[in-house]
This record gives sequence, C-alpha cells and structure tokens, in this order.
Amino acid sequence: MINWANFISQCFNGLVLGALLALISSGLTIIYGTLGVLNLAHGAMFMLGGYAGWLTYSHTGSFIAAVAAGALFVMLVGVVMERVVIRHFYKRPHEDQLLVTFGLGIVIVETVRFFFGSLSKTVPAPAPLVGITPLGFMFYPTYRLALLGIVAVALLALYVVLYRTRIGMIVRAGIEDSVMVDALGIDVYKVFMLVFGIGAMAAGFAGIVNAPVVSIAPDAGEAILVQTFVVVVIGGVGSFPGAVLGGLIAGEIISITSMFNPGYSYVMLFVAMTLVLVLRPYGLLGTAGRE
Amino acid sequence: MSNQVSRRSVLRAGAGLAGGALLAPAFADAVFAVGVNDKPPIGTWPEGTQGDTVYVAATVPRTGTYAVQGEDELKGWQLAVEHINTGHPLLKKIAPKVTKGLLGKKVELLVADSAAKPNQAVQEQQTFINQHKIILMTGSTSSAVAVALNKFAQREKVLYVTGISGSNDTTGKDCVRYGFRQNFYGETAANAIGPVLVKAFGKNRKAAFMTPDYTYGHTVTKSVNDYLTKNAGWTMVTNQVSPLGTQDFSQYLTNIANSGAEFLINVNWGRDAVLSIQQAKQFGIIPKMTLVVPYQIPFLAKEAGPELTAGVYAATDFWWTLEDRFPLAKMFVDAFYKKYNYRPEWGANNSYMSFAIWARMVSEAGTFYPPDVIKQYEKGETFPSTVGDVHFRAADHQLVRPVIIVRGKKPSDMKNNEDYWEVLEVVPGEPLMQKPDAFGCKLGDYT
Repeated sequence: MINWANFISQCFNGLVLGALLALISSGLTIIYGTLGVLNLAHGAMFMLGGYAGWLTYSHTGSFIAAVAAGALFVMLVGVVMERVVIRHFYKRPHEDQLLVTFGLGIVIVETVRFFFGSLSKTVPAPAPLVGITPLGFMFYPTYRLALLGIVAVALLALYVVLYRTRIGMIVRAGIEDSVMVDALGIDVYKVFMLVFGIGAMAAGFAGIVNAPVVSIAPDAGEAILVQTFVVVVIGGVGSFPGAVLGGLIAGEIISITSMFNPGYSYVMLFVAMTLVLVLRPYGLLGTAGRE
Repeated sequence: MSNQVSRRSVLRAGAGLAGGALLAPAFADAVFAVGVNDKPPIGTWPEGTQGDTVYVAATVPRTGTYAVQGEDELKGWQLAVEHINTGHPLLKKIAPKVTKGLLGKKVELLVADSAAKPNQAVQEQQTFINQHKIILMTGSTSSAVAVALNKFAQREKVLYVTGISGSNDTTGKDCVRYGFRQNFYGETAANAIGPVLVKAFGKNRKAAFMTPDYTYGHTVTKSVNDYLTKNAGWTMVTNQVSPLGTQDFSQYLTNIANSGAEFLINVNWGRDAVLSIQQAKQFGIIPKMTLVVPYQIPFLAKEAGPELTAGVYAATDFWWTLEDRFPLAKMFVDAFYKKYNYRPEWGANNSYMSFAIWARMVSEAGTFYPPDVIKQYEKGETFPSTVGDVHFRAADHQLVRPVIIVRGKKPSDMKNNEDYWEVLEVVPGEPLMQKPDAFGCKLGDYT
C-alpha cells in the first residue's frame, strides 16, 4: 500500500539528502581520482567545517561569515595536511595512505573533542530561512529547501572550476593520467595540493551548511564517510558527474526504502553498491584504468 | 584490521581467564592459611578486598550519542564514592553502618569511556578486573551495554549495578544473579504514564512512535503501546525505528507527517531525542502533534529548549524539585549542587543511589563476599531513598520504587533556569511492575 503523498515527500527528501551527499562525495572523488589517495579523514573534514563555522557564528552572529569560515578554514587545513603529511605518501603503498589518513581523522576528531567537548552544538539557520514552507504535497522546513539551492550552487561552482577553467582541465587530465601531465611540464604536485584543498573545502562547506539541520558533534563525520564511499563507488571513482549521480541515487534509495521500512534503507544502499560493482565495476560513470 | 584487533583481545581475554584458573587454587590455599574465612575464592574475591583500597569501575559513555547523560551519571558515582569515604550524613541515612569507607577500606572509582558500545564496555571491565581486581562494576546508559555487562558479571562473578537502563530485558529475560537495577524501566514507565495520558487526552487516539533500534527502544515502545491499546483503544499508526546515533531524521519524520497521527511518542534517547524533536519542529510535526516522552532524557529540556518541552508529559526516575517532598532528595540536590554547581538530573541520582545502596548491602552483610552481598539485596528489606522508602525484589533484582510523572513548564513559568519540569505525580512502584517471571527472568547461580 503506497501513500502517494508520502512517496512524493520521500522522493523530495531523497533529493535534498542526495544533493548533500553529492557535494561531499565530489570532494572525496576528485582527491582520490587525482592523487590516488583515499582520504579517510574526509568525514573529519566535514565535521571540522561545522565546528569552524559554529565558532565563527558564535563570535559574529553571521551565517554567511560562518559558511565562508567553514569552507576556507577546512581548505587551509587540507592544504597544510597535503604539504606536511600526505605528499610523503604518494609513492607509498595504499595501505600506508589509508592508515595515515585514518590516523589524521582520529587526531582531528579528538582535538575538536578536547577543545569543545562531546556536547552537540547548534548553528541556527539564518532568520529568513527559519520556518516551514508548504509544498502542496507536504510541509517542508524552509532551510532544507534552501539547502537544496545552496548545495546546487556549490556543485555548479565546482563544475565551472573543473570544466571551464585551465586549472580544472589540468585536474581532469591528472585524474586520467598524472604521469603524462607531469611529463608535459606541469608541476603536478602543485595541482595535487590544490585538489586536496578543494576536495577538503567541499566537505567543510557541506559540514557548515548542514549544521542547522542536524547540529554538530565531534563524531558527526563517521556516518557520512561511509555513505560518501558508497556514493563514490556507485558513481565511479574520480568522476565528478558520477559523484553527483551517485549522491542522488543514494539519497533516493535511503529515502524511498525508509518509506517501507527504515531499517532496510542502508541495506538497500549496499545492495545497490554491490549491484553496481558486479555489473559495472568502475561505477556508473567511471572509466576503466583509473586508480 | 578490526578482525585482528578483536582476535587479539579475545586471545588476551582468554589468556587472562586461563591464568585466573591456574591461580585460583593457589589463592584458595593462601586464604585458608591465614584463616580469613572458609569460603572459596570467587570472581575477584578475596583478592580485590585484601588491600587498604577496594576498586569499583564505571564504563560510561563520554563520547557519542549518550555522552551528555554519561557525564552526569559519572558525577553521581563520584559523589557517592566521596560520601562513602567520608561517611556523609546523606549516605548514612541510606547505609547507616557505613563509617568512613566501606568495611574499613577506601573505595576508589575507575572510569573508562564505553561510547555506549557493549563490546567496548565489556573489554574495559575485563581490563579493570585483570589489573585492579575490581569488586563492583557499573555503567550503562544504553541497555545494550547493561545487558552485556549483566552477562559478563554473571560469568566473572563480579557484582554489577546498572547505570541508566530502561529496557524491560535488563531485569527481565536478561536478568542475572550478579546484576541489580535501581531505576525505572519500560513497563513501569508505561503503566505510570499511560493513565495520565488517557486522563489528559481521552480514548481512541492515534499515535506515531519513534523507536531506537535496540533492546531499550523495542521494549519501551511495546510496553507503552500495549498499555494504550489495551486500556484506551489507542492505535499505533506508524513506528519509525532508527539506529542509535542517527543524525538526520527527515525520512522518519516524513513518514510520521503523512501518517495521520495525533501524538508523537518519542522513545529516542540522548542526542537522538534532542535531534529528532528539534527536527520534528522543523517539519511542523510539533506543535501539530502532541509530543510525549515516555522515558525521560536528562538534559532534554536544556538541549532542545523549554519552548519544545513545554506541556510535554514524561515519566522519570527523579527530578530535583522532589526536594520539596523528600528530605533525602533535598540533601542529595544540595550536596550535588554544592560540588558541581548545577542541579542533578535523574542519571546522576540513579548513579548515586545505586552506589549508596551497594554500600548499604555490603555494610549490612559485613562482608564483600559476593554471594552474601547478593543475599543481602535479596532479603528485600525496606530502606530510605531520595524518592521515599524502597526495596529490592528478590526474584528479578529490580528495585521497587516510585515512578515520577512530570510535565514540561513554559519558559514563563520557570522559577529558575533549571526549573524545566513540574512534578505531577509520584506513582507507587509495586502496582506498576509485571510479575517477576512475566518477562522470562531466570537469575542463575550464586557461585
């Protein structure tokens, strides 16, 4: 028995969740695609964006300043991380890369916990976006609607950077074959630093814009990390459009399944991932040959 | 990775057990030789009681969904240990034979973060047993941890008193001889709040439930729903079951928004409760539906804001304004406030009481020998508490105690910044409880 109002509502819900997953996953996927490093600290970056934004908000009272601070601070952390730690691991085995990013993730989470405690923090939505909007089929929190727009703009900005600029061209070339890019005389390591920064920024930005929806806590990134991995696998490693598509698919699977039984929503997500791995091992929009 | 870690810890635990088994006969000889008594060693006894200090250990969530409640509980245990060691007047009301320390020994509390995860809590308690020969375990907040530690206590023959644990199973189908629970639980909460809800809202209403997906959530939801359907013809139109630690409740709330319910009975707990209630407000479900919290969450009003908890009915174990009714409650609130500068929530009260009661049982029994302490509990003697006279039920090791019904105050009615709830009723405990064997409790052996 399908309640159509509920079905439409859940589809819409899936869209909002999917957009957010798409944004976080695109950061993860371009880092992995370009650098070949699977960044297990990506969830911590998401959480860090929330905290940087929260701190800024509590000092300035400005949501826009909070978003800017969340995104830029995490980009900075990403760049420093790449320069100080990650770059020493490009030539090392994947296990070492996993371990070092896993470790960095723990350090970041526990540092935040040390300074700010385990109590969850809230960043209120900006005043004009507080409240409920009737959509006809359901009432929807206004800020979540706005979130859909905000994330869409951010994804568009990422698209422009990756597909309409010279640096984006180099990044995409790096994803296909970084050795060749290096051979063409481009300082591929500078590009790596930039990519890591941008990828981290996507997570940080998502962390702060999502904060008014869920409130933030030091362990907020753990669950998100798992979901973004699934998104990247479904969409195809290194593929920006794949991350967007994968994010939306994941969001819809989680939402629509939960209409029948929420307990199975993540089961279905992993079923979908398994199917993709069996039928299209490189992901829906991935290409063979990428790391 | 995780396989290796767990395999190693299993090996370590196994080695510890094997070592313990080898050592046991040697200790028995030593004990007989010095003539301490004629009882064979059991668990950490007598080894853990031979120094000047006895150790007790709490595994409490200091991180994750239940961290806020865990910190409050921890303060209750710390205060109780301090009171045992100094012979504080409040503690002596509950345990008159305590002087300074327990049976002449200083009590020391060891603490570890369980993150509300059963396997982590068990591992940490195992380490405390190995390294400190602890004579008492505590800590839960999640009933999944309480059930795991119950079984562990029975296996290790070391006493366990639960922290917060609301599942019927803790003193129901998963009860053990070595485990005791001070606080209220799903069945008593349901039978206490049920009549209040029916009186306030009438019969044949439609309710949506939100249930965390583990023993606490399922048993509390069942007890509350059973009461309301059988006694007042209420219908459960949807039951949204979410995993512990859920951040975004939008899918669950969407289902509820479309369910036609009039009441939102939220069994979620800790941060899950705060987030789900805040998000229910964002979706306009509150105030469209009436929120009910059948199993009170410490700090809910503070975290979610009193605007959201105003008018909300909840069943709880303790609320600080009970100081107007019970002299011991006043002593407790005053002592706690003096030390920690805020008024205790029910988690802290539960911790304090469970340790104070343990001190009573040990001092009355005059020995730390676990079977004798257990038998002291099982005598079922009446003793004073911060909510009036109480006693233990021998058949399932559940304290027979009142359940407190509270209703959230409007911010304008609050007399101070912690005056969130108004006590409506103190419901006597005995009639709220199921028959001791109704949930399948079999306590197990003493030795």
